[in-house]
Amino acid sequence: MTKTIGDVILRCDNISLSFGGVRALSDISIDVREHEILAIIGPNGAGKSSMLNVINGVYHPQEGTVTWKGQTRRAMKPHESAESGIARTFQNIALFKGMSTLDNIMTGRYTKMRRNLLWQALYWGPARKEEIEHREVCERVIDFLQIESIRKTPVGRLPYGLQKRVELGRALAAQPELLLLDEPMAGMNVEEKEDMCRFILDVNDEFGTTIVLIEHDMGVVMDISDRVAVLDYGRKIADGVPDQVRTNPEVIRAYLGAGH
Amino acid sequence: MTFFFEVLIGGLLAGVMYSLVALGFVMIFKASGVFNFAQGALVLFAALTFVGFMEKGLPFWVAMAVTLAVMMGSAILIERFVLRPLVNQPPITLFMATIGLSFLLEGLGQGLWGSQVRALDIGIEDLPFDVLGMTFSKFDFFAAGCAALLVGALVLFFNKTRVGLALRAVADDHQAALAVGIPLQFVWAVVWAVAGLVALVAGLLWGSRLGVQFSLSLVALKALPVLILGGFTSIAGAIVGGLIIGASEKLAEVFIGPYFGGAIENWFPYMLALAFLLIRPQGLFGEKIIERV
Amino acid sequence: MLYREAGQFKTSYAKDLAIFPIRQDRWFIALVLIFFGLVVPLIANDYWLKSILIPLLVSSLAAIGLNILTGYAGQLSLGTAGFMAVGAFAAYNFNIRVPELPLIVDFILAGLCAALVGMVFGLPSLRIKGFYLAVATLAAQFFIEWVLTHFGWFTNYSSSGVISAPPMKMFGFAVESAVEKYLLTLGVVLVMALAAKNMVRSSAGRAWMAVRDKDISAEVIGIPLMKTKLTAFGVSSFYCGVAGALWTYCYLGTVEPAAFDLARSFLILFMIIIGGVGSILGSFLGAAFIGLLPIFLNNMAATIGHGTLQADTMANLEHVIFGGLIIFFLIVEPHGLARLWQIAKEKLRLWPFPY
Repeated sequence: MTKTIGDVILRCDNISLSFGGVRALSDISIDVREHEILAIIGPNGAGKSSMLNVINGVYHPQEGTVTWKGQTRRAMKPHESAESGIARTFQNIALFKGMSTLDNIMTGRYTKMRRNLLWQALYWGPARKEEIEHREVCERVIDFLQIESIRKTPVGRLPYGLQKRVELGRALAAQPELLLLDEPMAGMNVEEKEDMCRFILDVNDEFGTTIVLIEHDMGVVMDISDRVAVLDYGRKIADGVPDQVRTNPEVIRAYLGAGH
Repeated sequence: MTFFFEVLIGGLLAGVMYSLVALGFVMIFKASGVFNFAQGALVLFAALTFVGFMEKGLPFWVAMAVTLAVMMGSAILIERFVLRPLVNQPPITLFMATIGLSFLLEGLGQGLWGSQVRALDIGIEDLPFDVLGMTFSKFDFFAAGCAALLVGALVLFFNKTRVGLALRAVADDHQAALAVGIPLQFVWAVVWAVAGLVALVAGLLWGSRLGVQFSLSLVALKALPVLILGGFTSIAGAIVGGLIIGASEKLAEVFIGPYFGGAIENWFPYMLALAFLLIRPQGLFGEKIIERV
Repeated sequence: MLYREAGQFKTSYAKDLAIFPIRQDRWFIALVLIFFGLVVPLIANDYWLKSILIPLLVSSLAAIGLNILTGYAGQLSLGTAGFMAVGAFAAYNFNIRVPELPLIVDFILAGLCAALVGMVFGLPSLRIKGFYLAVATLAAQFFIEWVLTHFGWFTNYSSSGVISAPPMKMFGFAVESAVEKYLLTLGVVLVMALAAKNMVRSSAGRAWMAVRDKDISAEVIGIPLMKTKLTAFGVSSFYCGVAGALWTYCYLGTVEPAAFDLARSFLILFMIIIGGVGSILGSFLGAAFIGLLPIFLNNMAATIGHGTLQADTMANLEHVIFGGLIIFFLIVEPHGLARLWQIAKEKLRLWPFPY
C-alpha cells in the first residue's frame, strides 16, 4: 500500500511575523504537498505554533504570503480558512466545555450548514432534514474515533486524552483537505499516543487528508511523517525526509546545543 | 470664556468623586480579578452607617472609627462567604455575585438605618468663593484635597509595605502568590477593607453634597465608564478617567444638553466610554492583552 | 418506577433529536399545557391572572431573551429593560400611527425594532468582552430611557410621558378580559419559547455556545464571530422587545419609560441566574421564583407581623433576600433551578433502586 504524494497544495513564502519587538518567525518558506504528513519540529519557542496560526489566519504576518487553493495572500480570516477546507486542533485543548461531545463535533459542520435562523426556529422540514444529515456525518466521525459512549457527555467532564480525541473529531467533522494538529499527543501516555498515531495515519490513509502536525516526541515524528521541517528561533533550519533531518548537523546542534 | 472654565473646573472637581469610587474598583480588580459591581453599594452602605451612628449621638471621629470597623468587618465577611467559595469560578460569575452583593448591601443598609434621605454635615461649609473672577465651591476643593491625600496614602501603602508587596504579587498571579506562601485570603480581606475605606471617604463627601440616599449607589455607577476610560488596572487611570468623565459630562450638559432637552449627563459618560472602547479597547493606561492559542 | 425509559428505543436520529425523548416527559408536558391552557382560565380569578400569571409569563419571555444572549452566547447584558422599552414604545407607535396593521404585526415589528437597536448596541461586543460589554449595555439602558422620556414623539406628546395601550384586537376578536389577555400572552410566550428551544438546539445555538465557551476556536472552526454575536443580540432583543410590548398591552395597560429601568434589567438577570443560565426551562423557573417570592414574603409578613411591617421595610427585605439568594445560587448551584430539576429527574429514573 503505497500512497502517492501529489503536488504542492499550500505554499508559505518568506513569512515574517513579530509581536511588538519580538520576532517570532523570520523569512520562513514551507511547502505542503497533497496527501503527505508533514511534521514541524523544533525547541520550545521556535515558532511552530505561530506557523500554524499564520497558515489558518489566526495571526497575520508582517511579510510574506500564503498560497492556498490558487489564491496568494498575506492572510485570510480564520473562518475563511475554515470554509476553504483547513481544520485544526490546539496545543491547549480548546473545546467548548459547556457542550456535549456530539455538539462539539457538530460545530465542525457549521460551515456546511445552510438553513437560516427562521428555518431553525421552526425546526421543521429542510432544517430538520439538514440537522439529521449532518448528524449522520458526525456519527461516522464518532464511530471512527471510537467515542460512541461519551456522545452525550459534556466535554468538560472527560479525561484529558479523550478531550484531545474529541477535538480531533471536531476538526474531522469539517471533512478538511488540510488538517493542522498542534501537539496532538502532548501529555498523553503511551497507549493514548499509540491510539492517536493510528487515528492520524488512518485519516491520512482513508480520506487522503493532508496533515501538518507539531510534535515533540521524536519517535512518533520519525515514524509517522513523510517529511519533517525543523524550526529554531523562528528560522527554518532543515526540511526533508525523516532520515535526512535526523543526521543534519544543524538540527543536532539546535537540539543539543552548540559545542557538542 | 469665564463661564466655560467655571463649568470645566466644577466638572473636574466632581470628577474627583468618580475617581474615588473607581479607585475602589481598581484595587479590588487588581488584587482579585473581581469586577466589583458592589462598590457603589459599599459607598451607600458606608455613608448610611456613618450617618446612622451620628444620629445615635456619637461624635464625628468616633462615628468615623466605628464605621471603619464595620467596613472592615464586612470586608472579612465578604471574603469568607462570597469570594472564598467562588475561587476559580469564571470572572463573569464573580461579577454576577457582586451584583447580588450590591442588592444585599443596599437592602441591609437601608433596612438597618432607614431609607429616607438624610443630611450629612461633615463641618465643611459649601461656600462659594471667587478666584480670578470665577466662582468655585469651597467644598469641592476640600473634597479634591481629601481625595489627593487618600490616593497618596494608598500609593505609599501599595509600594512601601509588606502587605502592599503581597498585594501586587497576588494581583499578578494568584497561583504563584500562593506558591510562595502569601496568604491569599488575608490579602483579599485587606483589599476589600481598603476598598471599604475608600468607599467611606467617597460616601462622606458625596453624602454631604447630595444627602445620604439610595441614589448614591446609582451615581457610583458612573465609575464604570471611568474605568473603561482609564483601564481596569491602573490607579492613575482611575484618577485621570474620573477627571475626564466629570469634566466632559458637565461640559456636555451645559453646552450640548439644552439642544436635546437636557439631562444628557445620565447617559453621556457611558456613550463617551463606549465610543472610546471602539478606538482603544484596553483603556488609556490598561495593558494590551495578546491572546495565545 | 413510573418514570423510566426502559423499552423505549430510539431507532432514528430524528427520534434522538426530539425535545422530550422520553414518553413520560411528553405526558407530563402535555398535562402542564392542558393545565395552563384550559384549567387555569376556568378556575383562576382576575387577580391571579392579571397580577401574577401574566407578568410572570411576560418576564419569562424577557428572561428567555436574556438567556439567549447571556446564557447561550455568553455576552453579559444589563440593558434588558431598555430593549423591552424599545419594544413597548415601538408597538404603541405602530399601533396608533398605522392603525391598519393587525396587532400581531405590530408586535412583530416591535420585536424587530428592538432587535435593530440591540444589534447597534451589540456592535461593541465585536471588540470588547465581559465587563466592558456590561458597561456598553448599561449605556443602552440609560440612553434608551432618556430618549423615550425626552422626545415627545415616542409617547405621542402625552404630557405625563405615559402611554396607554389602545384596546386590543387579535384576528378580529377583541382582547379585553383578563382571561383573554392571559391566553394571548400564553400563546405568544409558548410559541416563542418553542422557537427559542429550536434555535438553541440547531446550528445557530451551537454557534452561540461555541462563541461563549471559546471564541478563538469557534472562529477557527469557521464560525464568524461578528455574525454570530450580532444574531445573538438581535434575537435576544427581539424577544425582549416582544416582552416589552406584551408588558404594556397585556399587563400594565399604561406605561412610562421608567417602568423599564435598570432595576428591571437586574431582576431579569436574577431570573436567569436563579432559574438556570443557558436553559430555556430555567427562564420560566427563574421568572416564577423571582415573581412569586415577593408575594410569598408579603403574605408571610402579613401573617406573622400582623401588618406592622412597612412597605419600605419589605422592599429592603426583598433586596437582602434577592441579593443573598443570588450569591447562594452562584456558589451552590451555578446552573440554577433547571439543573436541580434535571438532577431530580435523574434520581427519579433510578428510584426506587438507586444502586
